[in-house]
Amino acid sequence: MSSSYTDAPPVRVVSLYPDVMNVYADRGNLLAIRHRAAARGIALEEFDVSLEDPLPPEADLVLIGGGQDREQHRIAAELAARGDTLRAWAEDDTAMLAVCGGFQLFGRWYRDKRGRTLPGVGVFDATTVAPGPRAERAVGDILIESAVPGLGPRAERDPRAVQVVGFENHAGRTYLGPSARPFGCVRFGRGNNGADIYEGAVYREAIGTYLHGSVLPKNPALLDHLLASALSHRLGALVTLDPLPAPYAERAHTAAVAITERRSPPR
Amino acid sequence: MIAGRGAGAATRRLGRGGGTALPGLVAGAIAPRLLEELSTDLPLGVVTVTGTNGKTTTAHLLAAILERAGLDPLANHAGSNLERGLAAAYVSEVDATGDLEHSDRRIGVFEVDEAALPPLFPRLQPRLATFLNLFRDQLDRYGEVDSVATGWHRMLADTSPQTGLVLNADDPNIALLGEGSARAVTRFGVDDPEVALHSAEHASDARFCPNGNRYRYDAIYMGHVGLWYCDCCGSRRPDPEVSARHVVLESDHSIVTLSIAGTEVVVELPLSGLYTVYNALAAAATAHALGVTPDVIAAALTEAGAPFGRQERFQLGDKTVRVLLAKNPAGLNEVIRTLAASDGPLTVLAMLNDGIQDGQDVSWIYDADLELLTGRRPTLIAAGDRADDLALRWQLAGVEAQAVVPETEAAVDVALDETRPGDRLDVVATYTAMLAVREALARRAGVASYWERPDAHRPAEAAP
Repeated sequence: MSSSYTDAPPVRVVSLYPDVMNVYADRGNLLAIRHRAAARGIALEEFDVSLEDPLPPEADLVLIGGGQDREQHRIAAELAARGDTLRAWAEDDTAMLAVCGGFQLFGRWYRDKRGRTLPGVGVFDATTVAPGPRAERAVGDILIESAVPGLGPRAERDPRAVQVVGFENHAGRTYLGPSARPFGCVRFGRGNNGADIYEGAVYREAIGTYLHGSVLPKNPALLDHLLASALSHRLGALVTLDPLPAPYAERAHTAAVAITERRSPPR
Repeated sequence: MIAGRGAGAATRRLGRGGGTALPGLVAGAIAPRLLEELSTDLPLGVVTVTGTNGKTTTAHLLAAILERAGLDPLANHAGSNLERGLAAAYVSEVDATGDLEHSDRRIGVFEVDEAALPPLFPRLQPRLATFLNLFRDQLDRYGEVDSVATGWHRMLADTSPQTGLVLNADDPNIALLGEGSARAVTRFGVDDPEVALHSAEHASDARFCPNGNRYRYDAIYMGHVGLWYCDCCGSRRPDPEVSARHVVLESDHSIVTLSIAGTEVVVELPLSGLYTVYNALAAAATAHALGVTPDVIAAALTEAGAPFGRQERFQLGDKTVRVLLAKNPAGLNEVIRTLAASDGPLTVLAMLNDGIQDGQDVSWIYDADLELLTGRRPTLIAAGDRADDLALRWQLAGVEAQAVVPETEAAVDVALDETRPGDRLDVVATYTAMLAVREALARRAGVASYWERPDAHRPAEAAP
């Protein structure tokens, strides 16, 4: 399939509530996708979908970032009302990356610190409960080993491919249901709830995670995985991307891994 | 008390930095009620200055105005703004019997960390509390922006109505602190849509009014700061008593027409950027609330120099070095805008540290609009503990670093080599990186170390 994708029609990238769920710099994920796609000769067509905006008819990659309780409350009902479409897209192997508050709302439901329950999209079989105000937030550098096929199997050749590094900052504790798979296992840091070893969730080509950083710029293997998924969805055929060095990203990744191993609790 | 002062001298003699908050730590351990006791020793009371960005500059400008007005301000000048820093400011001023040197013109001007303010507030009993702005900052340390605002509202609900407020009318997070309040409120703001942004910045921290409706703006000055209103609940940016009617931003200074309760004065600030205009407005409004006349305010603002590390300049041979502190998205955006408006070729030494005082999380660099500088094609040197993260961020903005040099001295060497004779090097640094680079530059320029400077009573240890 080498390089045939450079003639592909543009990959459709949908950013959900980019002006609301933008508290934690997760737009770095979109910046990294733009930069990497340009370097690979992949064209993008971008859609910002905020409050009251319609979803485009189709999407190859969906992004949503983190927000505080206030922002989550603002979007939850509308987002849940888009649940049928988003779940259908997930079933159809649209690539997705939902981070932190966005990840929580892509689960079944989220109960905030005052006990109010927000409906979720239900892409992931996961539920989240925010403990009371006195409970400790999960804050710090985090390093996980990904369980995602395409990231995982490469581990034997390139151990960095399976490691995903970032920064977590969340009060909510997320618990995976019986049909959910984790995005990865925590090696340093806290992850979904600090009790089990899991971080994030995966359903088909959709990934939910607590990792900021932003996560995609300094995890080029994950970035390429999402780009390949999105392109495969666009073309309706499995695409393998050509190798392409990412020296800046690799250096930032290596540095962040070293810092995390030094600063965060091992698991 | 004297034990505390000895500790400061000893740390400085040991060459371990400024020894800035250790005196406060020692004195605080010996006399835990130090702040309460000494606050009552200030005959003109205490003024607090709080906000995400601009505390140090505002407190510095306010102290300069009050000094010119004939008062005797006691300040924690150098950014040491947690409890220990405040106690240290006292300790540096007491005599051998432990009494504050007596003067009936003494007034406390304290910049206080935004998260540290609620527990300190009842102990300081300020006569006036100035609130500058509330932006996302070090979310790893402060938690969420909303929880800081909630803490302030609770704090004020428990505070005597004797405490007056000085509020930024243009920041809805701040303006709402005065809503329905029985206390005296003085507001400040910018009334010159000419200096508004043409498009909203990415990092905006007050998008929804308390009823959950989206704020709208007649003009956005920075982030979520501007001429805001809510067309649903009808709340809107209140009219400020102290306002900037006309603002001219030059690359190294600003000319501002201030209206102070109806009297217009023109001020030339030796600092660039709209954010320093806001700091000057806050200082002017606070001084006005204390009864200082507009002409004294204008004269003092024009004469005040840059405080420690905030737009400081060094002359190294035929090259000028300007040091700009940037420690959160709003601050970095303003620095980027200042650089974009600067004349001549741009050489930038960008430094990112991830210590506790900087914020251990470096995600925030993705919130800042570095792309505003891409077209200027700056010569970039990335440095600091997280130099690789910074170089990657700039690469995504279309600027490839000339060099990535984590270590300070080596980075300064490379950056000076890249700066052509007669040109200027701009250093953009997070808090601890700024401390380190300032030391390196001061030594090369033959300038006194920061703790030897007369305007830096007790330099920084605490959070920026």
